[in-house]
Amino acid sequence: MALEFSVQAKQQIDRLLTRYPNKQAALLPVLHVAQDEFGHLPDEALDLVARTLELPPSHVYGVITFYTMFHRARTGTNHLMVCTNISCQLKGGDAILEHCEKKLNIKAGETTADGAFTLIEEECLAACANAPMMICGTDYFLDLTPAKVDVILEDLRKKHAERKRQKA
Amino acid sequence: MGWEDAKGIKIVTKNFGVANSHKLAVYQQRGGWNAFKKALALQPTALVDEVKKSNLRGRGGAGFSTGMKWSFVPKEAKRVYLVCNADESEPGTCKDRELLAFDPHLLIEGMAIASYALRCKHAYIYIRGEMMREAKIVQAAIDEAYEAGFLGREHSAAAGGFKLDLTLHRGAGAYICGEETALLNSLEGKRGWPRLKPPFPAVRGLFQESTIVNNVETLMNVPDIVEKGGDWFAKMGTPKSGGTRIVCVSGHVKKPGVYELPMGIPFKNLIYDVCGGMSGTAKLKGLIPGGSSMPPLDASEIDVPIEFDALMTDPRIKDVEVKPGVPFDMGGGRKLKTMAGSGGIVVFDESTDVVALTARIMKFYAHESCGQCTPCREGTGWLARICKRLAIGEGRPGDVDLLANISVGIAGNTICPLGEAAAWPMLGFLTKFRADFEAKLKASKAVAA
Repeated sequence: MALEFSVQAKQQIDRLLTRYPNKQAALLPVLHVAQDEFGHLPDEALDLVARTLELPPSHVYGVITFYTMFHRARTGTNHLMVCTNISCQLKGGDAILEHCEKKLNIKAGETTADGAFTLIEEECLAACANAPMMICGTDYFLDLTPAKVDVILEDLRKKHAERKRQKA
Repeated sequence: MGWEDAKGIKIVTKNFGVANSHKLAVYQQRGGWNAFKKALALQPTALVDEVKKSNLRGRGGAGFSTGMKWSFVPKEAKRVYLVCNADESEPGTCKDRELLAFDPHLLIEGMAIASYALRCKHAYIYIRGEMMREAKIVQAAIDEAYEAGFLGREHSAAAGGFKLDLTLHRGAGAYICGEETALLNSLEGKRGWPRLKPPFPAVRGLFQESTIVNNVETLMNVPDIVEKGGDWFAKMGTPKSGGTRIVCVSGHVKKPGVYELPMGIPFKNLIYDVCGGMSGTAKLKGLIPGGSSMPPLDASEIDVPIEFDALMTDPRIKDVEVKPGVPFDMGGGRKLKTMAGSGGIVVFDESTDVVALTARIMKFYAHESCGQCTPCREGTGWLARICKRLAIGEGRPGDVDLLANISVGIAGNTICPLGEAAAWPMLGFLTKFRADFEAKLKASKAVAA
């Protein structure tokens, strides 16, 4: 079945289109809107964006696959991005990622069976003075230790369960 | 003025620590938007001259004169775009993110003044996709500036009238989009592939129009230059670099952090005075002076000042070599030392596995190569794999020389500087810490047997 944007998303896209001299320039922002709306960007979403912006689907595909934040497959509610680049490496970032893998029982790049977490090994996230660190959405978790990670994961898991209950 | 006389002067971090510094009301209480009013009373060309006089140099990495860049916009240009590069992703760099979070209005005012000087009617902020929190803060600040009439409304006080629109544009995860022409392609809704220069963006940039791309910190210096004068700004720096410098210190120091410091403070004072010395018992082994794409300094080279020209030319810094005794030629016999880059200073002590550190840097560039140019697409992957096998004791005879050869094959042979961003630190680490690489090679199974 062909996907459609919600009324709110359509309004958002109309506003975005006023900010650029042509429709193609709104592609990244519209893809963000689409991903927020559908959770990820399967072929149907790709086609919808291409139709909306009057672009060839091949162009949209090329763009989606170039950027790491666009996901073709379903991902978890929480995108846990753990930095392992140099400043974090020097302060134990690799051990933090390993700890997350063990606690969530998945490898970096995978999603937990309950759909609560997708674990991502990230490049430098620009909080080097507080290494090791990770982000989840708009939240920064700084100066991490394995014990701190345990508390954060537990908290995020609770919030995920709560949201699920509210939806049901 | 020596660096010690400029201690304590804050320009871009002047509102750090003030409650609700990201709110327009607080920003205005502290003198915000006065510089803009002053600017509108001047001719745009006078503003460009003032910025030239200030010796403000680009804080994104290259250190090019901002006023000079602005003057490259052709007089006959029909449409001009100003784009703020807020795609901070150079490993070890964390200044722009804090600047955006704590003082977004200083950036907006800086962009409004710059736009008036450049005759730009619609400016863009390209913010890194992962910075979701900062994007919210900056968007809220833009909305406030629209409501207050600084944006989106005609300013009749300006010579010839002036009205500016400002749009926040989020990236989506690609380090290469910090390179200005890749950023412009990304902003046009394409893959972030760098463009060949010339034409330079000032002549043909965003949507094929004249475009100036400036870093966050660079633009945030503009209001104070207008308010206090280019001479004031130029006087506090070194002869060719005006103003202060933000450094982001990470790694093995007691007090890592983002600091606004006098231009020209030596690394030694930074580590032992500002940052309280090394964090552990191990001594300093070396540091990366300006983000992961810059060749490192070893412990004997930390007396040099943190300043654009000094890091490229100071005789106390050893030349980067292809092999012992043979300096790397950047073209035309120019030798490579290092660069001040993005201000991301990564300090490491004697306990550090330098080969593993280099391997992590190379893994990063292999991941971030956009794939357009063969030397970079293939070469960064080779560097990453060879470094890694050395780091884990699986090196093969000749690997150390091979790393240098591959680096020489990449540098200078690609459209954009990502090639050098991998090749330069690779050669730099080999030059300064060759013994570490040789030791790893010797300990490798294939070589030991």
